[in-house]
Amino acid sequence: MSQSFDVIIVGAGIVGAACAAECARQGLKVLVVDRGPFAGGATGAAMGHIVVMDDSEAQLALTAYSRSLWRQLRDQLPADVEYDACGTLWVAADEEEMAEVRRKQQCYTEHGIRVETLGPGAIAEAEPNLRPGLAGCLRVLDDAVLYPPCAARFLLTQAERHGAHVRLGVTVQDLLPEGGVALADGSRLAARFSVNASGHWSPALTRGLPVRKRKGHLVITDRYPGFLRHQNIELGYLKSAHSLGQDSVAFNIQPRKTGQILIGSSRQFDAEDTTVDQVILDRMLQRALEYMPSIGALASIRVWTGHRAATPDKLPLIGPSVEGNSIWLATGHEGLGITTSLGTGRLLADLLLNRPTEIPSTPYLPARFAKDQLTHHPE
Amino acid sequence: MNDSAFDVVVVGGGPAGLGAACAAAESGSAVGLLDDTPWLGGQIWRGQELKPANREARRWLTRFGDSGATLLRGASVVAAPHPGLLLAEQNQRPCQVRWQRLILATGARELFLPFPGWTLPGIMGPGGLLALAKHGWPVNGRRVLLAGSGPLLLAAAESLSRQGANVVSILEQAPWRKVMAFGLALAAHHKLWQGIQLKLRLLGVPYCCGAWPIRAEGNDQVRRVTLTDGQRTWVEECDLFACGFGLVPNVELPLALGCELAAGFVRVDSRQATSVPHVYAAGEPTGIAGAGSALVQGLIAGYAAAGQAAKAEALFAERDGWHRFRAALARAFALRLELKTLAADDTLLCRCEDVSLGHARQFNDWRDAKLQSRCGMGACQGRVCGAAAKVILGWEAVSVRPPVLPALVSSLISQPQPRPEQSSSDPRASSKRP
Amino acid sequence: MTTDQLQVRVNGRLVTVLAGTVVAAAIARAGVAWSRHSVIGQPRGALCGMGVCMECRVMIDGQPQARSCLILCVEGMEVVTDE
Repeated sequence: MSQSFDVIIVGAGIVGAACAAECARQGLKVLVVDRGPFAGGATGAAMGHIVVMDDSEAQLALTAYSRSLWRQLRDQLPADVEYDACGTLWVAADEEEMAEVRRKQQCYTEHGIRVETLGPGAIAEAEPNLRPGLAGCLRVLDDAVLYPPCAARFLLTQAERHGAHVRLGVTVQDLLPEGGVALADGSRLAARFSVNASGHWSPALTRGLPVRKRKGHLVITDRYPGFLRHQNIELGYLKSAHSLGQDSVAFNIQPRKTGQILIGSSRQFDAEDTTVDQVILDRMLQRALEYMPSIGALASIRVWTGHRAATPDKLPLIGPSVEGNSIWLATGHEGLGITTSLGTGRLLADLLLNRPTEIPSTPYLPARFAKDQLTHHPE
Repeated sequence: MNDSAFDVVVVGGGPAGLGAACAAAESGSAVGLLDDTPWLGGQIWRGQELKPANREARRWLTRFGDSGATLLRGASVVAAPHPGLLLAEQNQRPCQVRWQRLILATGARELFLPFPGWTLPGIMGPGGLLALAKHGWPVNGRRVLLAGSGPLLLAAAESLSRQGANVVSILEQAPWRKVMAFGLALAAHHKLWQGIQLKLRLLGVPYCCGAWPIRAEGNDQVRRVTLTDGQRTWVEECDLFACGFGLVPNVELPLALGCELAAGFVRVDSRQATSVPHVYAAGEPTGIAGAGSALVQGLIAGYAAAGQAAKAEALFAERDGWHRFRAALARAFALRLELKTLAADDTLLCRCEDVSLGHARQFNDWRDAKLQSRCGMGACQGRVCGAAAKVILGWEAVSVRPPVLPALVSSLISQPQPRPEQSSSDPRASSKRP
Repeated sequence: MTTDQLQVRVNGRLVTVLAGTVVAAAIARAGVAWSRHSVIGQPRGALCGMGVCMECRVMIDGQPQARSCLILCVEGMEVVTDE
């Protein structure tokens, strides 16, 4: 293959697809490669929420930025992407959690995110199937959900419309320091830059990368239109996502446009396999039943697992790697891959083209882990 | 929650399951049999518990009743989370069933292939209509057309006739010479086959071979079906259309347990043991061969699981005698190529999610089609469309995740905890309620 | 009404059936041609008769998505098919 690319993106999940769409849109010659089908990793297993989260200032900035990009895109999304601006309810079980709701209200409002606080009567009206006795919630109005595999396909199609090439079933062995990639079949593809967007597989291509697999479980039900109106997340979700230690579960439930209900969430490190873990499934569903007892009577159709790509500070890696200026990263998005995919694409493209980014890019630069990485890097 | 533990657990209450349970229980094992329907007998002996007409079925149902085995009626297996443990749902409640030895006798289901109009109400599988008729579906005086493939067409036609149905015609897709050869080749079953054919001839029911349906029509339900023999086409009016193209083994639970398959069936050794330690399989999941074969396989598995090697071995010859029948069945009723192209691009492939064949077939494989089009992601968990896609597109379904059959969310939990009453433990909440 | 008969209500209408009748059959006896409507609005009725195809799902006594081919009629049952 004599053709040379500006950027070769390794990984055709939502992040790779978003990067491809944005880079191609901005005039770069793009190739996306994936050893498997597109949406083969976390994207195919994901819940599909688009949610502003404030675990840190940087997380808030990136999720808010990226969510606004989704909102701008919504009218172009085909029907099978099932974009639904159902909003999120951050559910408070007691007064202590309501204090957190008020803190969040202030924080989100300061950042221009539309929210409202609901008390016990209002939350019951807003989401009738929540158990009685909850203290209230923060409703984030413009959060949304969508169907990730079709969203990834849409973004790849957008990329192709702007001249990008997509090659599936092609395995990349190495990212070359001089630019380009070496394939498993021994051949090489030249490019000025390569981008590692391979999710939890990214450490295989970039040794020493501080990305760990974090297993999750999801359950989907049969169709029950009208049962659930918003995405519901317990405030403890942040603690669960934040914790680096033990296995954890947190109530997170979401409606699909089909009327099916998606029930999550769980987080486990050092759980490499994809089999359903009954112990953690029990915990996850018990937790969900505590908030929404009536889901117990819904018919479930499928339980599955997936692995997120988690970094030590819960922020993705977007930008040039520590190994060299030709190898870039767009990975480590943990449970916010769908949300922050578009923002990642913009940041990556802007950085590649040396343009000012619309939000500060520093918090996501891979260089922040340089010290750790160099100690891992085999010489 | 109801928890139970047995030496031997049998899943499925058809001939294989009944044979297995009897053999193991009579050998002294504590046996539990799970069947997910309200009645014992599986599909082929449906309705025999209430109104026994089949001598063989009655004999085994009685023997099961006397065997000392425990029946978990209406219990559907949800998941097999650890070796030795089944999660099940019985009467909409979760229950755990522990086992030392497990015998999978999950039977088979009918193969439905799409053709224009195949989703109209009133179109069912021959076995399906037969089963429903046994449970009150009105067939007396109704015009019933049967088509598809396999001996089940004749058995269903005969039984439906007896119940007063006006069986219009039976159309077997296999060519006449193959069906004839099948009938003649089976000395042991010759009489049964001839008997049915004779009865139908007496009733004036035409049995046409080498013919198949190409279209069904009607407003809210089927009214007429267009048929062809490859050269001419003709139309039959009907109230009910029983159309099924043979049987598909229910290998979902064996797959969930990790059992290896060979050519789409569960691989078993001479003792009916699968590739998973202490797990056996008997009957249709190991090969489509009917009740007689299923029964003796079940007996062997039951004896083997109970440690009665000699009793199991004594039945090997009888079991192996069915291999010829199984092979003859597969040969005679092999599906013709035309059946792969009955469906047009706008014909639905996935009935649960309403995905057309044209939409699904643009993907590379079953996994892509599922993710992108939702084909196979609906309530039937791909059982109907997956089997059809295998025939039409050559796609293999890959993994089986829990629940094995749709189950209540509460039944997915193996260790349910009692939840404290929220309102009584939180005085502030109750005082805030309007 | 003899002892082995019972009455259920299908879409509000009383239907008398024999004991041992499944709900799907009672629906047919009530003259209702379908149990549900599909995603794109097609009428659907029982296909497999053994609880795997999911086409026979109806609401029984307030519980949605019940497989009517496997559920025996019980005196006083309320069955509602898709409009």
